[in-house]
Amino acid sequence: MHMSDALLSPQVGLTMWTVTASSIALASRRLRKKAEGLNVPLMGVAGAFIFAVQMINFSIPGTGSSGHLGGGLLLAILLGPWGGFLTLASVLTIQALFFADGGLLALGSNIFNLGFFTCLVAYPLVYRPLISGNPSPRRLYGTSVLACIIGLQLGSLGVVLQTALSGMAELPAGAFALLMQPIHFCIALVEGVATGFVIQFLRTAVPAWTDDPEASRPISSGRVLVGLFLVSLLIAGGLSLVASASPDGLEWAIQRTAGKEELPSPAGPVHQIAGRIQEWLSFMPDYEFRASGQAETGKTENPSPSGKAASGITGSLITLVLVLLAGLSFRFRRKGVQR
Amino acid sequence: MSHIETSYLDFGRLEALSRGDSFLHRLDPRTKVLTTVFFVLAVISFDAYTVSALLPFLLYPAVLSGWGGLPVGYLLKRVSLVMPFALMVGLFNPLLDRDPGATLGPLELSGGWLSFASILLRVFLASSAAFILIALTGMPDIALALERMKVPRIFVVQILFVYRYIFVLTEEAVRMMRAYTLRSVHGRRPGLGIYAQIVGHLLLRTLDRARRIYLAMVSRGFDGEVHTLRTFHLGLRDVIFLVGWVSVFSLFRYQNIPAWIERMAG
Repeated sequence: MHMSDALLSPQVGLTMWTVTASSIALASRRLRKKAEGLNVPLMGVAGAFIFAVQMINFSIPGTGSSGHLGGGLLLAILLGPWGGFLTLASVLTIQALFFADGGLLALGSNIFNLGFFTCLVAYPLVYRPLISGNPSPRRLYGTSVLACIIGLQLGSLGVVLQTALSGMAELPAGAFALLMQPIHFCIALVEGVATGFVIQFLRTAVPAWTDDPEASRPISSGRVLVGLFLVSLLIAGGLSLVASASPDGLEWAIQRTAGKEELPSPAGPVHQIAGRIQEWLSFMPDYEFRASGQAETGKTENPSPSGKAASGITGSLITLVLVLLAGLSFRFRRKGVQR
Repeated sequence: MSHIETSYLDFGRLEALSRGDSFLHRLDPRTKVLTTVFFVLAVISFDAYTVSALLPFLLYPAVLSGWGGLPVGYLLKRVSLVMPFALMVGLFNPLLDRDPGATLGPLELSGGWLSFASILLRVFLASSAAFILIALTGMPDIALALERMKVPRIFVVQILFVYRYIFVLTEEAVRMMRAYTLRSVHGRRPGLGIYAQIVGHLLLRTLDRARRIYLAMVSRGFDGEVHTLRTFHLGLRDVIFLVGWVSVFSLFRYQNIPAWIERMAG
């Protein structure tokens, strides 16, 4: 699932941009030496292939719904980790512009969540070591499902953490994770099986084909260790950030639930259900992210923000009308020029 | 028409728009990329409860789509397709944050509704800016602008390649799906087995095509880099466009225009 501009704070967005830009630079440097060969057109056409494949839906057995391939693992299998990462990054860049999938600031997060974890973590550390020589189809499917699950779980955890750290959404990270992780578990199951099927098809259709662009360079155990270390560092860093915010958040949640009783609580059944859900979500042993400060102080500084915000309405309406007029005037001026 | 064909046509329409010829189309792509980046950063940097101060930013999509002659209905449709994810996550805000945030006449709005409205407005602004950028510039020019802005060349070449072959391969996929649909009962979606065969065949054709392209490129002297005759230069109008918009954005960022107008009016 794509991260969205609207849920990101500039700090988180720009940090993810920096991380992603350096991974792209690194991948580019790694690939530059091999760029003379078949690789350039192969990567390009493979990216376009993923684009096309994402438009083909298949029915998921037993559910009546349909799905499509994301293609991260498939790209890594076809092009190697760096090639797969760079190709997926280019596909996501084009999609960010053409479909505004996520948006421009969120592009850094999206490339990281969808590309980094699949191509540079799940593929080299899970898929590659488990697939060697000529695996049986069952082993292939199993490995591909496992790699997809790990890649997508990390990716969706990335979405949750980035959303939480940005503090735009009220949804507590724990509840959001409870929502996201199972969904992505199912997506990964489907993705893994579909990827396995496609690779198995390729194996039977083209016996000479090997899915090992880097066969000559087996991954050393040292590199695996460094990779695992980096991943754990990353996760630990993310979790510690989350944890440090928790005491304030909890206090704040308790305060808010207590303060709520002073409000005349609306009696409608919808409100009651909403209230119950709210209580359930806030009492979950979990973290709140408003402690990041900005949003909260902005709110507490005006103890009666109602006056200020209400006064904005007329001005807002006038602004909207002015904006509309400006847009229309440019349109009509342009038509006048054309005539 | 099937799902794949409509999304393909939809994609092609945005590409066709970018081949337009207006003052905005002729600006240096770097100018437009930079302006869009400043716009998105300004919009995103507001705190979670801002609604009214974000409204003036609508000026940018309104003026640019009007000036560039872009079809507003089409852009709005594209933007509405982007909304669901932010909508899903943002919908929890009114549920969880029920502190009073603002009054709308007799109506009391909770802070959650305010931040929800703010999220929706942000999605709208950010995604319409992206669509306008692509509709006024086109992918190849954006890629070349990125190269001038020191993005690694191999990544730029990669974007150009993917973009060039998206249309070819999607057409191939559309043909295969059409063939499948015509032969299947009630045009049902393929199951996983058949899906894998379709995608596998598409992949084989893709690999084959890559090999042919590679041979054709090598025979024409390809050395790993894409050379273009196209030269960009930043003219006076680029500077005016960029500086003008950036100053407008900073004015909107630091002055709450609707509140200001209200004071003038009241």
